[in-house]
Amino acid sequence: MRRREALKRVAVLPLLPLVLPLPQEVEAQEGQAQPSAPNLYDPSRVGRARPRVTDYENDPFIIDVEGRIRCTCGCNLDVYTCRTTDFTCGVSPEMHRQVVQLVEQGRTADEILEAFVAEHGEAVLMAPPKEGFNLAAYFVPSIAIGAVGLWLLWALGRRRVRVELAGAPEGPESSGLADEDREKLEAELQDLEL
Amino acid sequence: MTILGQLALWLALLIGAWGTFVGFYGGLKRRPELVASARRSTYALCGVLIVASAGLLVALLNHDFNVSYVASYTSRNLPTVYILSAFYGGQAGSLLFWAVVLSIFGALAQLLSSRKYDHLLPYVAGVTSAVTLFFVVVTLFSANPFARLPFTPADGNGLNPQLQNPGMVIHPPLLYLGYISITIPFAFAMAALISKRLDVGWLHAIRKWTIVSWLFLSIGITLGMWWAYVELGWGGYWAWDPVENASFLPWLTMTAFLHSVMIQEKRGMLKKWNMILISLSFFLSIFGTFITRSGIISSVHSFTQSSIGTYFLAFLIFLIVIVGGLILVRLPTLESESHLESMVSREASFLFNNLLLVGIAFSVFWGTMFPMISELVRGTQVTVGPPFFNQVNIPIGLGLLALTGIGPLIAWRKASIVNLRRQFAVPVTAALITAILLVALGVGHFYATLTVALAAFVTATVLQEFWRGVGARHRLHGEGYVHAFARLVGRNRRRYGGYIVHMAIVTYFVAFAGSAFRADLEASMKPGDTVQLASPWGYTYSFTHIGVSQYDELNRLVSAASVEVARDGERVGIMKSEKRQHFTCEQPISPCPRALRRPSFEPSTEAGIRSDLREDIYIVYAGSVEGTEEAVYKFTLNPMVWWLWFGGFVLVVGGVVTLWPGTVVRATRQADTQGGYAAQLVEADHA
Repeated sequence: MRRREALKRVAVLPLLPLVLPLPQEVEAQEGQAQPSAPNLYDPSRVGRARPRVTDYENDPFIIDVEGRIRCTCGCNLDVYTCRTTDFTCGVSPEMHRQVVQLVEQGRTADEILEAFVAEHGEAVLMAPPKEGFNLAAYFVPSIAIGAVGLWLLWALGRRRVRVELAGAPEGPESSGLADEDREKLEAELQDLEL
Repeated sequence: MTILGQLALWLALLIGAWGTFVGFYGGLKRRPELVASARRSTYALCGVLIVASAGLLVALLNHDFNVSYVASYTSRNLPTVYILSAFYGGQAGSLLFWAVVLSIFGALAQLLSSRKYDHLLPYVAGVTSAVTLFFVVVTLFSANPFARLPFTPADGNGLNPQLQNPGMVIHPPLLYLGYISITIPFAFAMAALISKRLDVGWLHAIRKWTIVSWLFLSIGITLGMWWAYVELGWGGYWAWDPVENASFLPWLTMTAFLHSVMIQEKRGMLKKWNMILISLSFFLSIFGTFITRSGIISSVHSFTQSSIGTYFLAFLIFLIVIVGGLILVRLPTLESESHLESMVSREASFLFNNLLLVGIAFSVFWGTMFPMISELVRGTQVTVGPPFFNQVNIPIGLGLLALTGIGPLIAWRKASIVNLRRQFAVPVTAALITAILLVALGVGHFYATLTVALAAFVTATVLQEFWRGVGARHRLHGEGYVHAFARLVGRNRRRYGGYIVHMAIVTYFVAFAGSAFRADLEASMKPGDTVQLASPWGYTYSFTHIGVSQYDELNRLVSAASVEVARDGERVGIMKSEKRQHFTCEQPISPCPRALRRPSFEPSTEAGIRSDLREDIYIVYAGSVEGTEEAVYKFTLNPMVWWLWFGGFVLVVGGVVTLWPGTVVRATRQADTQGGYAAQLVEADHA
């Protein structure tokens, strides 16, 4: 059976050119370069045509720099993420080309970022530069946490001293248990806090 | 039905106003008939809002495109499940959804609360009615889902393709349930403040509500991450987007509350702080809604900008003023009943846990709002993106992870040196061994190494707690280990459910650490071409492009690119990533003839994902070169992602264990469990 099926398929092969479109011939008539991959049935379904990937697209230096630049299309993503995610965006591929050009000119990461800031303003950076008022963005949270932590330590320590001075009953020592017994008891209670 | 829905909304407005008035007035004047009326109002409010919701659902299911909301978010060829999810997929519908769910929660709070909280319930009815009323007002006057168009289009716009995903069917409602259910603990807190009944009663009344709310928020956030991961195509799950941050903020404060409330229950401390925390959680849930809907901060998740931001801002300011004033007035009655005895105690560790949780909340809030602050102060716009949030929050998060392990190890009141040595020896050893192993294996990433070492520390603390508990039961009662384990968890579900949740958090952190080792590769490939990508686990993956096939489905034209994947030369399988062009029909014909199809959105991308315990293979078909089958791909190897979703599962298990209704433990049986050294001491004393 299999053999018969295979023979049928082979017999049908010569008829294929009659029913299939001939994209390569059409391309040739239009005088364009012949693509080596078959044409899609309906290219419009896959969105904008993509350029071929070059080494630049996978260059870790470029990826790192693009990760620090915000795409200006309004997507809130960095250029690398946007150009590899939002395939409807025309801005991030253009910004990528700009980055590649600057890299080809031998610019350092900082120089590339400066060039983008000069063109688009500070908001083009994914994180505010650590200078001037922006320092508040970075340090206010940790200063606040540190300050509250220190205040907690101070306030609780002070209150504890006050309680002790006022002669509040001392739990463990007033229980009349020996240290060893108390520690064993604590350990046991820890287990039994069921 | 839409007329009935509209009418029901107006009725809800009247009932909400009445419920608010009689709730507060009846409670203050102690008039039973008004109190009863307030309770009935919550049921009536719930009823009419269910009718309004039914009206919208019927309009959606009947393709009533004369209704603007239906035309904006659905189309004839939209699968039914997404027609239903369109109910909360747009601005107006989501507000109605909020109102109806809140009214259900309000009614349940009245129905399920024990009669011993009768003194609080009128005010609870007042608060829930007032908040529901606010949402009804916004729905009616700013974003009415029943508004009609001057004409009836043949078909609707359809739902955004990115929302046509199972994750988006369940993620928003669960997140909403989390946001909305915070109102109930908040309402009880306000009731306690107004009635001056500030004992632990209100805390007992909200215990389950708080956990339910936290659980919904957690599941909602996790499902949001899952949706972002499978649908957005960038290979990540968290981007510190303002809307993501908005959901994270109340989660952080609720987590802090869940811990600090234990100190109030056990020691009568932190009364003011708990009142502030629960109020803050509620404010943040409203704040999240405000920034999502006002358009003040740009986000990919935002609803369309509209005037409702003004309503939310006004409501938020009103709430802060009223609640702040109320707390100030009641300050004298919120004094602690006892004081911290030692800085080395569980209370102190919970305090620092609270400090870090609220600290992270503050830093996330600060970072989210900083672009606006910068513009106000300097007139310069800045962007605060993931590099900032990671830099600021990772160290604090790791501190929090450490405290997750430290807290349960330290005794209440005051820990002794022996206690500390006994509790910390194994977990610290586990952390050190893990760190040394990772360094020896060549893991050079500092934060990832520290995260996994701390994860080992917390895991060891949790296992140690279970081991000792099971061991104690085994020794005292002669129970088998499995039986002892079940009894141990069953007798203190809150504590051991909490430990299971801690394990879930550990799992999340480990998954986050894995993201530091992600590997990406872009390639354009003709059919038959192969590229290779090295995995952080040492494997080499080969990806061979097979081809692109195009076919039609219900409401979309699909272009599927197929790739054969091999790991170290061994075939893994064929993976597929799609481009989808959604369409609507120019005439009400089903199935829609090709000539009448109208593209409804830009082509969207569906990633191909293959998960295992070590890593995910994530393939995105970016498009084609010059309309050919030469495909442009992005290949990503994402380590440890599976553990994130597993962590979500563990979290749900822990939450369910905590919430599981228990039988009342009789005093005699409780006495049975008191044994061992403690009992021997007592017996010796009596002897």
